[in-house]
Amino acid sequence: MSLLTERQPADQLRPLRERNPNASRRNRRNLVATGMMALAVILALIPIVLIVVQVVIRGIGAMNWEFLTSTQIFSQRSEGGGYLNGLFGTLYMVLIASLVAVPLGIAAATFVVEYKDSRLAPYIQFFTDVMTGVPSIFIGLYIYALLVQGGIGFSIGFSTLAGGLALSLLMIPIVARTSEEVLRLVPDDLRNAGYGLGARRWQVVTQIVLPTARSGLITGSMLAIGRAAGETAPLLLTALGAFTIVPQLINAPQAALPLIIYNEARGPFEAAQARAWAGALELMLLVLVITIAARTLSGRSEMQH
Amino acid sequence: MTATDQGQVPPQHVPLGRTRSSADKWFRRILALSGASVLIVLATMLISTGIDAWPVFRHEGLSFITGSTWDPGTSRTEITGEYGALAFIIGTLVTSGIALFIAVPLAVGTALYLTNVAGRRVRNPLTYAIELLAAVPSVVYGLWGLLFFVPVVLRPAMDFIAGTLGTFIPFLAAPVVTYNYFAAGVVLSIMVLPIITAVTREVMSKTPDSEIAAAYGLGATRWEMLKFIVLPRARPGIIGATMLGLGRALGETIAVAMLIGGSKQIPDSIFLGGQSMAGIIAITFQEAAPENVKALIGVGVLLFVITVIVNMIARGIVAATGGRVIGDASV
Repeated sequence: MSLLTERQPADQLRPLRERNPNASRRNRRNLVATGMMALAVILALIPIVLIVVQVVIRGIGAMNWEFLTSTQIFSQRSEGGGYLNGLFGTLYMVLIASLVAVPLGIAAATFVVEYKDSRLAPYIQFFTDVMTGVPSIFIGLYIYALLVQGGIGFSIGFSTLAGGLALSLLMIPIVARTSEEVLRLVPDDLRNAGYGLGARRWQVVTQIVLPTARSGLITGSMLAIGRAAGETAPLLLTALGAFTIVPQLINAPQAALPLIIYNEARGPFEAAQARAWAGALELMLLVLVITIAARTLSGRSEMQH
Repeated sequence: MTATDQGQVPPQHVPLGRTRSSADKWFRRILALSGASVLIVLATMLISTGIDAWPVFRHEGLSFITGSTWDPGTSRTEITGEYGALAFIIGTLVTSGIALFIAVPLAVGTALYLTNVAGRRVRNPLTYAIELLAAVPSVVYGLWGLLFFVPVVLRPAMDFIAGTLGTFIPFLAAPVVTYNYFAAGVVLSIMVLPIITAVTREVMSKTPDSEIAAAYGLGATRWEMLKFIVLPRARPGIIGATMLGLGRALGETIAVAMLIGGSKQIPDSIFLGGQSMAGIIAITFQEAAPENVKALIGVGVLLFVITVIVNMIARGIVAATGGRVIGDASV
């Protein structure tokens, strides 16, 4: 504007064809900044590459048929044995955790999305968010104080059930958060169409909203299952660990893959550390299969919409 | 809802009013109860652990936080030991601080690159690779740090820093032990990177296209556009993301416990070993006598209160920017 109203001093005027004297400095800055951003990306990518390469190389070196099919030996010093007890325990506890957390989490999310008018809904939404930030070790302490030690009036001891419930508390907020995001994507037109056909609210929810969001709900649940399978801290205080396959639900300590890896990696023995790498590979593959399954399912759901 | 009352529905498909509305009522009640279970769990969390830890809090008073002597007793019924958790509180805060110091600039740079520089073809694979960091179990970070990353990659770097900067900055001074605050902090920074990146990216992607176009139209270079348009708008979101990362870092247990060195002292330098709040619980819980268990639960309560406050502030800040923390890495 000032260009039009006031005359510029002659020495500041220049033809448009001439390069601005600042231009090369500004270009250089732009280049440096872009370089820094690219560097940040590269630095961020290095760890994932290093982790995957190390786990795969060292894991495959120690992985064999015996490792996959036998349970732990008692001595960390000697070679041999495998983590079958841990794999069994992890799958067992994750199953229990899923049976509790998936229905509860989806129900909580459904309430928040479908009953927005309720006074309770914003509180539930906020505190599910808060619950995603509760340290996992504290969830272990809580289950220990309440159920293992018997603060509630009875005790189930260090057990599969205690471990499973601890994992379920980790999963509930994840399932609820991801489900909530998916349920919000269901268009209101579908709901209104349901009401227009004379359906009641519960019919609209169970027969229209939930089936529409089905694949997204599965994805969220799988993500939570993947997280739970890799958790160590709460299991230290609830499942404790075991050397054999433990089918009991209560009053018998249970093994888990992350627990065994943690115990064997910390020791000074090379045989144990080699097994820990193989265990890490096994655990990563388990989590990866679950995560990829989740991604694939969500990819399919995006194509449907 | 009124539409259903006016509809011409054959009578046999319409159960009498009471049946239908009570089905709706019960459905709502079941859902509300499921949602409320989250509130109930959170409330009982603090109550049941608080009751367990109460004798230790009463015995120690303020010195539970300010005392630095952690000398557990072996009694089943009384509190006979001395429980001052200051060394662990400092361990948790320092390792989390180191983690954020490294992770936040990396995350902001990465988010800027992914939202504004990267082409469509590389953006998705890069995003995916960084979110993959969130899927790695913490015990694998611990194992990898313990047996490869810290002794092989980080140890030479730590020796170098202690030999150069350490000669005039006291908290970077030699001697260097392999597993220490810094080692735990660096691995922790890798673990919180995906959540900070995800949230920052989310906030940055909300920059209005018109403002970006306006900046370019005035002849701004890309960096000037980022500096004057994207970054100022994203600032509250970046602060919120940092707080969320802090919440994660404070609560992380296994990887830190494996890498922090395990000393109960407060070290003079970040290249010496220590212990974190979550770490002392994980490491000593299984061999602890009943009174020691109470003290460890007390440490847990303290950690819970700190992380919940940090998280509530973080969610509040992010919510105030109009966004909500979403995406796989954020849960």
